[in-house]
Amino acid sequence: MATTEVERRRGQLAALSIAAVVIIVGVPLWWRTTETYRAWLPVSQIKELAKLQLQLSADVEVVFARGTVTPEQQKKVPLTLSQDEEHIVDEKTALWYRYETRYRTATIMEEDALNQPTAAEADLSLHTLSESPCGSLVVYVIPESSPLLLQDVNVYIGQRRTAFLRVGTQMRVGRTLEQLLAHLEPQLKQVLQLMSFSHADITAALSDRVRLIPGNKGGIADSMRAFKSSPGYEITFSLLNPDPKSHRVHWDIEGAVQTYIQPLLTKLAPVANFSIDSQTLYYAMLGVNPRFDSSRSAYTLNVDSLAHVINPVEARLGSNAASSNPVLNFLLYIPDAHHSPLYIHDHKKQEVPSNAFHSPRWGGIMVYNVNGFYGSEVVYPVDININMAKVMGVFLAQLRLLLGVQSSSPPPGFLVAPCSSTGLADWELDRLMWSRSVENVATATTTITSLAQLLDQISNIVINDNIAQQVSSAVTSLQLAVAELEAGNLGFALQYSKEAILASERAFFDPSLLHLLYFPDDQKFAIYIPIFLPMCVPILLSLLKILSEARQKHREKHAKKE
Amino acid sequence: MAAYRCSYSAVLLILCICSVSTAIDSEETTLTGAHHVGEVDNTQTATETGEQTTEQPVVEERRWEAIDVEEATPGDSDIDEKDTSAPETIVPLTVPQLKDDFQEELVIRPLHSGDIYASFQFRTLWETDFMKGNKVSHYRLFPKSLGQVISKFSVQELHISFTQGYWRTMQWGQPFLPSPPGAELWVWFQDSVTDVDGMWKELTNVLSGIFCASLNFIDSTNTVQPSASFKPLGISNVTDHRFLRYATLPREIVCTENLTPWKKLLPCGSKAGLAVLLKSEKLFHSSFHSEAVHIRPVCQDLLCKTTSWELRQTLNVVFDLHTSGQGKREWSLFKMFSRTLTEACPLASSSKIYIDITDNPQWEQFELSPATPLLSQALVLGDRRTFSVYDLTQQITFGTVRSLNLLIRWKSNEGDMLRPLLHAERYVAGYGLQTGEIHTLMYNNHPYRSFPVLLLDSVPWYLRLYIHTLTVTSKGKHNKPSYIHYQPSKDRVRPHLLEMLIQLPPNSVTEVTVQFERALLKWTEYTPDPNHGFYVGSSVISSLVPSIAAMDTNSTLERPLFSSFFPCKEESSYFVRIYTEPLLVNLPTPDFSMPYNVICLTCTVVAVGYGSLYNLLTRSFQIEEPSPGLAKRIANVIRKVRGVPPL
Repeated sequence: MATTEVERRRGQLAALSIAAVVIIVGVPLWWRTTETYRAWLPVSQIKELAKLQLQLSADVEVVFARGTVTPEQQKKVPLTLSQDEEHIVDEKTALWYRYETRYRTATIMEEDALNQPTAAEADLSLHTLSESPCGSLVVYVIPESSPLLLQDVNVYIGQRRTAFLRVGTQMRVGRTLEQLLAHLEPQLKQVLQLMSFSHADITAALSDRVRLIPGNKGGIADSMRAFKSSPGYEITFSLLNPDPKSHRVHWDIEGAVQTYIQPLLTKLAPVANFSIDSQTLYYAMLGVNPRFDSSRSAYTLNVDSLAHVINPVEARLGSNAASSNPVLNFLLYIPDAHHSPLYIHDHKKQEVPSNAFHSPRWGGIMVYNVNGFYGSEVVYPVDININMAKVMGVFLAQLRLLLGVQSSSPPPGFLVAPCSSTGLADWELDRLMWSRSVENVATATTTITSLAQLLDQISNIVINDNIAQQVSSAVTSLQLAVAELEAGNLGFALQYSKEAILASERAFFDPSLLHLLYFPDDQKFAIYIPIFLPMCVPILLSLLKILSEARQKHREKHAKKE
Repeated sequence: MAAYRCSYSAVLLILCICSVSTAIDSEETTLTGAHHVGEVDNTQTATETGEQTTEQPVVEERRWEAIDVEEATPGDSDIDEKDTSAPETIVPLTVPQLKDDFQEELVIRPLHSGDIYASFQFRTLWETDFMKGNKVSHYRLFPKSLGQVISKFSVQELHISFTQGYWRTMQWGQPFLPSPPGAELWVWFQDSVTDVDGMWKELTNVLSGIFCASLNFIDSTNTVQPSASFKPLGISNVTDHRFLRYATLPREIVCTENLTPWKKLLPCGSKAGLAVLLKSEKLFHSSFHSEAVHIRPVCQDLLCKTTSWELRQTLNVVFDLHTSGQGKREWSLFKMFSRTLTEACPLASSSKIYIDITDNPQWEQFELSPATPLLSQALVLGDRRTFSVYDLTQQITFGTVRSLNLLIRWKSNEGDMLRPLLHAERYVAGYGLQTGEIHTLMYNNHPYRSFPVLLLDSVPWYLRLYIHTLTVTSKGKHNKPSYIHYQPSKDRVRPHLLEMLIQLPPNSVTEVTVQFERALLKWTEYTPDPNHGFYVGSSVISSLVPSIAAMDTNSTLERPLFSSFFPCKEESSYFVRIYTEPLLVNLPTPDFSMPYNVICLTCTVVAVGYGSLYNLLTRSFQIEEPSPGLAKRIANVIRKVRGVPPL
């Protein structure tokens, strides 16, 4: 009896120790050898970023010229006020707008500048006095009698970051400064909306994250027209000559780019890098056959058919071999001799004066009729020089639209200074930079959060150290960009947001995330079964047996005690 | 009648002499001495033909087109060689001087096997500078995509070819532009490039996108840096082979998707000019098809004061007579390409069709219609050949029907070709899946001259060459190579590179053999069809072969495109590059379900061993009463039946 008991105990001990070895040594060994390498990611910070709370602050300086404030009012300035606006866009996105407004009186030099005969000259001389930093604004409040502004103009928006605001007559006499400010408030707000960020712009920039409210159709169309924010753009000018037998077309694209396009791009350099190419394509046809309009003895292209024009042409354009930045295409189409003149007709069957159209996020096409350059009894081929000023005027306007330089119509009583030679006012650049920074931040956060989600869901993707590093640097840049936006340093904010977008894209599209050998779990376990099953079944059975025996013994003991 | 003929030929003679004298006059001011020689040569042949005309009325209509003079100077309009003179368009002064130029050309050579060899060449010359980071961004005739590639990757020279089929040198002679089966890419980078390998990797990826080809499979395991075989063909000061990369993909299949992007690079696309003939359904229904792009900087003038970039797009195709000719030996443009020609590309400064009639001076072999009055001679592949020329820029070429459909009708079947002076073949010998031997045979068919050849072999790492077994024998004797450059392979990193300079004795066969061992690959390294075998790229044999006629060493002269590709340094020899067959080698191939079987089997074995061990360890042993024997048990059963107590 005793021997069998000893034997049984020995068997139980052996089973237990085998189970212990399997659990303590075998399972960790198997786990470690089949583990995938996953570097540490800043998941908590990414989660924080997923809930985007942006604060945009702009510095505004309001300068009272002589004759706008009474001496007792003058005593209270300079003073600083700040205004906050809060917008909850959706449950994950919230926006705060903060305008830090400083009020002061004009210096003597500024008074001198304001005494210039015209607003444009005053604008220029104020600009030479002091250059306000990127993202800030200066509003000069000028007296009613000032000759700077025309009769029916209340607000003049300069080419730089300055605006002139005419103060009303009734406010001249003995009121407090608070009342004066309250009177100026609505107009000041309009100026800010026009020259700095507006809520519509910012929500359009967030269209990646936030579903736009339906019904606001015009806004959507506007926001879809411009290219998405990207660290660089390729601009390609193509001359399409479908009939080289009749027309020998020459264009001085090099000179035209230097004269018309380059100044704008130099100005836009902080926003993105641009590279310009041009090419000439022969025998490139439009996708539709223009209809002959006998009343005008001209060929016409309808608005509805313009959508079909691009596809066959695009096959010839060729992609950019040197970079993966988005391409803006500008095509100059010379109709062939048998189909000219060719005019584009709008919805009302009227000729479009520029004879050009643009396609959102793609580029623009201009039709350039050359049949007027030669008579009917000409010997083909005809040499034709293209008037580049006319062409570039159209392309420049399209380029501004496609790059997202908003040209919203000013409210009544506002006069916006005409474009300078650069084609872009400083405040327009600021507006673009605000919306681009917000857009970059939004895009980078979506990229990073979706990457984190993906890595979280698929557990056997290998995360290499370089990806972890890219993700961390993207997160750091994002935090910096958000902080700079909050501090109102627009230039730095844009810079950091660009870095964030680059790093996040690099992490997201890293080829090491796309390894070929991902086996699904069920297949892996099918391979392990031949060893797992015969090993685990006896261990489990003997453990159960030991357990039941122990329980029985326990019960017997219990019964004995009782 | 005879008198009239005589007088006609006399007039012709005088005309020729006159034209030559004007040419020589103009030559004094613009052209050089080398030109002079060619010109006199031309006159002699011209005079001979002139004499022949007295007996042969058929040839009467022929005129010699002095190709060297033509278009060389626009001022020679008084040379009255061509009957037709194009209406000169008056160019207004406002038109800017164009810096680019486009030429197109088709050469048709009837082969002795009855096949037809058609070679298209399109050349875009652009006076610009891609060197040293100079930004070029405004393109007219030069394709933008290739220009961007040159600028971005600082390419000095780029040669890429896609070939379907193998060029049979013994039957067809030498091609104008050789290419190996599959894809071949070789690039010289500018010496400002620091990370050549990185550039090369990126460049292959971009090119594979441009040409819709699998060039992205080019990596370090099939890229070599030949030290001597591939010298720059254009002007260059870089000869350090660190800046050279060469790779072939013998497996690459060439089809329509490669032709379409290739055609897109032409200024006229496939809409006008010679390119309308490039219909893919006909081009790929042929024995041999090869398309190539060559980019290099070239000299504009003799002193090389101005350089320009040359983009040469070539397409060579050999049509098989017997598969589609229905037994008739008759060929036309329409039969070959299913199109006829109606116009030249309006952007081309020259657009010509050449038909090789050297072996057929009296029309005894084949007949050509419509007949052309223009003849031309060109030095090509060491030989002076005669061509009938159709100038597509002249309206008269198209005749009254306004379309040109060239017709070649054979008259006789015989005719023999001169054996090519140099050709080569290659095969794998040996049996079993462990070792083997590569044999390369090079034939020098020259009766009395020996010449050196450069042999380049790039063998993948999975064939491990035993370089000590390398033997070179010609005429039964050991032939010691005067130069050997050997770079051993590294597994999964780089291939073997073997370059040798071997002197081939006259009229001999030289055999190069080397043994190899086949490696076992990892199971993920096998191709999807491993039992098909693994390709080893063609050997490249480059040589200066003694020429029959004196070559023209001045490369800046106006010549037909097909004869001006390889620069010629001396008059007595010409450059030839030939490619051997690619090899198909079987490697030991495992059964690919093996890993799973092995896992299952080992798991089962382990489980069985473990099971019995476990049993032994955990089972409790106890002593049992020995059971009664069988007899006793049977007895007990019987006793039970009988009702007797058991034992």
